Amino acid sequence: MSEGHSTYTPKTGLGRWFDARMPLPRLVYDSFIAYPVPRNLNYAWTFGGILSIMLVAQILTGIVLAMHYVSDTNLAFGSVEKIMRDVNSGWLLRYLHSNGASFFFIAVYVHIFRGLYYGSYKAPRELLWILGCIIYLLMMATGFMGYVLPWGQMSFWGATVITGFFTAVPLVGTWIQELLLGGFAVDNPTLNRFFALHYLLPFMIAGVVVLHVWALHVTGQNNPTGIEVKSKTDTVAFTPYATIKDALGMIVFLLVFAYFVFYMPNYLGHPDNYTVANPLKTPAHIVPEWYFLPFYAVLRAITFNIGPINSKLGGVLAMFGAIAVLFVVPWLDTSKVRSAVYRPWYKLFFWIFAANAIFLGWLGSRPAEGTYVVMAQIATLYYFAFFLVIMPLLGLIETPRRLPNSITEAVLEKNKGAGSGHPSGATASAETRG
Amino acid sequence: MKKILASLAVLGFMMAGTAAIAQEEAHNAAEPTHFPIHKPKLIDWSFSGPFGTYDKAQLQRGLKVFKEVCSACHSMNLVSFRTLEDLGYSEAQIKALAAEYTVQDGPNDDGDMFERPGIPSDHFQSPFPNEQAAAAANGGAAPPDFSLIAKARGVERGFPTFVFDIFTQYAENGPDYIHSLLTGYDEQPPAGMEIAEGTHYNPYFIAGKSLAMAKPLSDDQVTYDDGSPQTVDQYARDVSAFLMWAAEPHLEDRKKTGFRVVVFLLLFAGLMYMTKRKVWANVPH
Repeated sequence: MSEGHSTYTPKTGLGRWFDARMPLPRLVYDSFIAYPVPRNLNYAWTFGGILSIMLVAQILTGIVLAMHYVSDTNLAFGSVEKIMRDVNSGWLLRYLHSNGASFFFIAVYVHIFRGLYYGSYKAPRELLWILGCIIYLLMMATGFMGYVLPWGQMSFWGATVITGFFTAVPLVGTWIQELLLGGFAVDNPTLNRFFALHYLLPFMIAGVVVLHVWALHVTGQNNPTGIEVKSKTDTVAFTPYATIKDALGMIVFLLVFAYFVFYMPNYLGHPDNYTVANPLKTPAHIVPEWYFLPFYAVLRAITFNIGPINSKLGGVLAMFGAIAVLFVVPWLDTSKVRSAVYRPWYKLFFWIFAANAIFLGWLGSRPAEGTYVVMAQIATLYYFAFFLVIMPLLGLIETPRRLPNSITEAVLEKNKGAGSGHPSGATASAETRG
Repeated sequence: MKKILASLAVLGFMMAGTAAIAQEEAHNAAEPTHFPIHKPKLIDWSFSGPFGTYDKAQLQRGLKVFKEVCSACHSMNLVSFRTLEDLGYSEAQIKALAAEYTVQDGPNDDGDMFERPGIPSDHFQSPFPNEQAAAAANGGAAPPDFSLIAKARGVERGFPTFVFDIFTQYAENGPDYIHSLLTGYDEQPPAGMEIAEGTHYNPYFIAGKSLAMAKPLSDDQVTYDDGSPQTVDQYARDVSAFLMWAAEPHLEDRKKTGFRVVVFLLLFAGLMYMTKRKVWANVPH
């Protein structure tokens, strides 16, 4: 899309002066004003914008919090409480930041599931998808390290458990773990390096986001039909069309975010993290933050040895595999049709996958015993089967529904009954809304 | 075929759900392995809900219970005396209250530690010189600090209650738990249950069937000047509310700000929605 000619014409003398030297205004104009977007994008497409404001919000609140926070095992917990009690609006900053992490993940999960549903990872958007996976991975590292900083019980024990995974790696495992910890156990060096990295990683995320947006602007956006843009009638200008829709999406998202921040700020956290870390007292159930729970369930589902791989290494491999498999999704899906709208079977398996992922999350919060283990094993099996069996096979055997010839045709067909002028999104179902 | 598969999937999740609930319930039968044995009783707190505020009289009563009973063993070292202004005390009252405490300070110019009366910027201190002394005096486990106890305790609500909690804004797990624990000592253990020596049965205790702390409150133990009933239940409610304030002193401010933010965002969203309709009016999409 960016191959198209730039239509930017500076109107003022200063504008022309700038344009000849460093065409930043031209870049902004071409990327966020004239940039053509498919006219049929639904609200699932507003989450890219939502994610960028969440990243900015997290960085801003984080920087102010860092001005008051002390990364010392004897002082960290108290410094966070000082923020909550004595710093002006400190409680607001801290609740915005801690709930902001959760809402960042809510947004990224919607964004990822949107990609999976509409086949946004397929050629030519493979690199765009992989960059997104890298951002997700960086987010997980950032979220995990951020949770350690308040130095509560779950901070400490979560860090102990998660860094313990690395000891399962043959030969170099213990070395990696000690490198992460800066010692033999979670202690002051761990807290200090986690704080340094927690401050660094968001800027790395911002860097990869730039690449992600760059790649997006080369290929253009996918859309609910999954058909490439073919003519000018398929698109509308980014401003005002996408701008206003994104803005509405953002405000509604912020509304839900505000509801949690102001009325139930501790709902998504764990009570144990309001008790200062005590290396001598293990909590009854160590659970990570909710957004890691599905992977935690996968980790604990492997309770058996597989040949030379013991259950511990097997669990760690399964957990990392559950994330790694996302990177190769563009090549696992063999279907020529992108969007699930035209793939009745894929649509079914997709929704089972979504329900299964939520179910895994719930299992991750349960103790690993009794029927929970069996259920986690079945759910883990489906998780991997969806990517490794269903995706490749379904593309070969499924008969897709008839595809419209263009986005415009699809849109006009949909609006035929409803009278052309009116937006029909409000009451339509998710996959046809638009 | 597709329908069959879809219904099979739904059936699968339902079966998994039933099995899970069965497992949850199995925990509570016979000799319990999961705690608490009873879920906390739900109390109607003045500070619950979107417009909740602390009842200052209740907080003052709660402070009295804390001072006369709890503080014999428990510290509250993140809460400073000056913040008691929130409870409606004047500066002079707070100065007098702080002065009741003796604080170790120093070293002075001669290099000696000395003791002085407390001032408003001091915190509620532990009655024990250090954690080891606290543990030694209490059968090996130091009594927990109370600054955050109302947020540091919360009984899991379980599925599907935790989903409904989002809509009912249930965020009072902490004070509900404290109240239930304090009023739960009178229940007798079921026949055959063994209670370790030196511990006290309490079916509301979050981490076992009994705890080291003996029943701390009894009727008429603390004298109220405002005519409130001097019962264990009332004491427990008052001290739970007080501890919620201690853990979350800016709760009122938070909810008030929240209301403004939510109203602003609702109006903004409404305007944005109308603008969006107008912009897209002539573009089928």
